[in-house]
Amino acid sequence: MVLSAADKTNVKGIFSKIGGHAEEYGAETLERMFITYPQTKTYFPHFDLQHGSAQIKAHGKKVAAALVEAVNHIDDIAGALSKLSDLHAQKLRVDPVNFRFLGHCFLVVVAIHHPAALTPEVHASLDKFMCAVGTVLTAKYR
Amino acid sequence: MVHWSAEEKQLITGLWGKVNVEECGAEALARLLIVYPWTQRFFDNFGNLSSPTAIIGNPKVRAHGKKVLTSFGEAVKNLENLKATYAKLSELHCEKLHVDPENFRLLGDILIIVLAAHFTKDFTPACQATWQKLVGVVAHALAYKYH
Repeated sequence: MVLSAADKTNVKGIFSKIGGHAEEYGAETLERMFITYPQTKTYFPHFDLQHGSAQIKAHGKKVAAALVEAVNHIDDIAGALSKLSDLHAQKLRVDPVNFRFLGHCFLVVVAIHHPAALTPEVHASLDKFMCAVGTVLTAKYR
Repeated sequence: MVHWSAEEKQLITGLWGKVNVEECGAEALARLLIVYPWTQRFFDNFGNLSSPTAIIGNPKVRAHGKKVLTSFGEAVKNLENLKATYAKLSELHCEKLHVDPENFRLLGDILIIVLAAHFTKDFTPACQATWQKLVGVVAHALAYKYH
């Protein structure tokens, strides 16, 4: 699927609303994902996954930074996330289904904090964007 | 059979009591048709679905959304017996409507986002997890009689 010009505008718009909260939303997204989809915890046996964990905060910050990077280079997400894509293919090898869970939980977090901004059109664009990110991160798997 | 803890039951019935079924149902169905436009394939007779505005304002979408979520209310009342509750509907969706069960999962996820936007901070992680379990189980029950 391709991000239209309107999609890109919508995604940039919602991320500018998110602003400095991106890191906090990253952590909240992970926390919700671990609780809702416990199988996702299998990728973090080395983490303290309790509520408020410093590791979840730190990792949430990394995830958020990657998403922001993708938004800032929305015309070339593959280029922007190329190194991350290599990492996921060669080292992390997170099963592709999990990117859908992460994307969904991120949307839930945005819905909670910016319900008015998540219009159906923005919802659609953001969902597409998260799919695109997942596709890029799993593109080199085989 | 699915097991529901006392806490889960409380999270479900507590939230459901505050849901405006007509509004929420209409919004969930509209968002399904907007976010996943291929789902429009089941609604050729609904008239104008040509834009998000058209979909949101479409009276057939509203009515059908209300119908779908009202049916969901049956799940909330019959948590211990979802397969039986949805047996006939499952057959209908398979034999007459020919709906791929993946669509039940898509609608379930959309419903979660609508609830999140509506209840914001009250839609805690525990609440989300419980409701994800519920929509998953409903989707499973609706797919159960497929052949």
